[in-house]
Amino acid sequence: MHAESEIREPLILGNKTYHQISEDIVRPIEGKATKQWYMLLTLATICFLWGIGCLAYTIGRGIGVWGSNNGVDWAWDITNFVWWIGIGHAGTLISAVLLLFRQKWRMAINRSAEAMTIFAVMCAAIFVTLHTGRPWLDYWLFPLPNQFGSLWVNFNSPLLWDVFAVSTYFSVSLVFWYTGLVPDFAMIRDRAVKPFAKKFYSLLSFGWGGSARHWSRFEEVSLVLAGLSTPLVFSVHSIVSMDFATSVVPGWHTTIFPPYFVAGAVFSGFAMVQTLLLIMRKVYHLENYITKKHIEYMNIVIIVTGSIVGVAYLTELFISWYSGVEYEQYAFLNRATGPYWWAYAAMMTCNVVSPQIFWIKKLRTNLAFTFFMSIIVNIGMWFERFVIIVPTLCRTFVPSTWNMYHPTFVDIGIFTGTIGMFFTFFLLFTRYFPVIAQAELKSIVKSSSQEHKEKAKQHAH
Amino acid sequence: MSNVTIHAIFDDEEPLMATARTFKSNGIRIKDVFSPFPIHGIDPVIGVPRTWIAICAFIYGLTGLSLGTLMMWYMMVHDWPTDIGGKPSFAYYMNVPAFIPISFECTVLCAAHGMAITYYLRCWLVPGAKAKNPDPRTTDDKFMMVIETKEDKKNNIESLLKNGGASEIHYK
Repeated sequence: MHAESEIREPLILGNKTYHQISEDIVRPIEGKATKQWYMLLTLATICFLWGIGCLAYTIGRGIGVWGSNNGVDWAWDITNFVWWIGIGHAGTLISAVLLLFRQKWRMAINRSAEAMTIFAVMCAAIFVTLHTGRPWLDYWLFPLPNQFGSLWVNFNSPLLWDVFAVSTYFSVSLVFWYTGLVPDFAMIRDRAVKPFAKKFYSLLSFGWGGSARHWSRFEEVSLVLAGLSTPLVFSVHSIVSMDFATSVVPGWHTTIFPPYFVAGAVFSGFAMVQTLLLIMRKVYHLENYITKKHIEYMNIVIIVTGSIVGVAYLTELFISWYSGVEYEQYAFLNRATGPYWWAYAAMMTCNVVSPQIFWIKKLRTNLAFTFFMSIIVNIGMWFERFVIIVPTLCRTFVPSTWNMYHPTFVDIGIFTGTIGMFFTFFLLFTRYFPVIAQAELKSIVKSSSQEHKEKAKQHAH
Repeated sequence: MSNVTIHAIFDDEEPLMATARTFKSNGIRIKDVFSPFPIHGIDPVIGVPRTWIAICAFIYGLTGLSLGTLMMWYMMVHDWPTDIGGKPSFAYYMNVPAFIPISFECTVLCAAHGMAITYYLRCWLVPGAKAKNPDPRTTDDKFMMVIETKEDKKNNIESLLKNGGASEIHYK
């Protein structure tokens, strides 16, 4: 059994028995949905539907309805794609990397973080499929024999690497998430009274019974999937960054991009996890499981990754000066002082300066402040991608092509739509799926719960 | 003599483990254990061998790597070699750095999905499968030991179970 020092802070508060954990996790599913839930769902669905409308409009009229133009040919589409994909990375980091490092605090948050990953990657996928201009021909991205002679896709191109990386990432994350869900669905199935719920969860639980042989395989599968997902998550964002880094555009053509993008992804992902969990723990009364300590741990990850991002920004500036290449120097001067200086300033403030406030313990354990900061970081990381893409493209080699970028209502509508879709799916997830991996959590009751720790302390004296 | 199946319910995992150890030293075979979460260390006691699933994953990964390599060699080098940006694809080894990302993705794709499919089929966890636990409480907070034995050993086992702290004993 896993042994843990009694002076380490407990991960489960209150006197929880196995049965009480089941009760607490199942309550939002078996109980009636609150008025706030319906209100939030309505709001999210309206945004989602508006997004679908804008999406249909784009498909009908072509991407000319976006603000992208001849110089700035990538804009909000790729900004949003990278932003969403980055958010997804925290889920995999929590469930895979923290599993390999045997971090038990992951157990309270991995399920919802993985759900976040899946929904975020779905949002990201909308932008990449749409930005090709003719999404009905997107199957050309796959290596299929086609009617134009045996011309194949170009395996030298990072854009194709992206197709393989993102689809592998999505499908592997989905399998990892579902494999963990099966025992929890079985728990809900076994206590369901309503016939429809019984049938629904029977179908989802695949007949799981919890026999020792199955648990042994389950644990091995989880471990190996974590081992596979860890390099996968690093590869995905590295490849996304290579979409930029392998080009010859000044400001993009840098070797620092892969590690810098991965750190930024984890940074923004953890911020989104905070945003979601701080609301969820309150609404579903999960304060005993997602404790202040969990929030603090995540804030520490935010300081670390935020500082890596900060160092990367400064390194970029230094290298552009040190390189002596005037195009490279201009690209960065333009970012900081050009027409989009405000976006650069927002990025620097939100991503470099603000996470440093978390060095103060009082603030990183303050929930309201953490929530505020998580929103700031989300905004800052959106601006980071915007700064990389738009200011760079609006001032390229030929001054006659220089022009500004203005988003249209369609750009804003599709982005709002993906936020709506993300929250619609997440709200449905919290209502019908077990939001905490209860089977895993039960395995640490004897080592990490408050009750056990107090007993151990008394025993020691 | 007729066979009998004993379902013994425990309220906690430690008494179940202790009883399982006594059974092992007495040479009584435990058919299976059902628990709400994995009980670490029980596999050698009740004779569950170490699973081969990780080795399967490795083999699936190698298969994925080979298929990915074959695909890229066939499409880029053999079937239609193209000269992209002055970097011709005349031989696989010349272009191999550009092929690394997709080789890796193919490896992971096949390893993860191959292993997951093996796991679901091997445990027969499929949509519509009947619940495998004999008692629904074992996914919540109860632990069940299943023993198959002959009628004459029944009383001996029952007393061992009661001493071990079993809260309920059922015969099937």
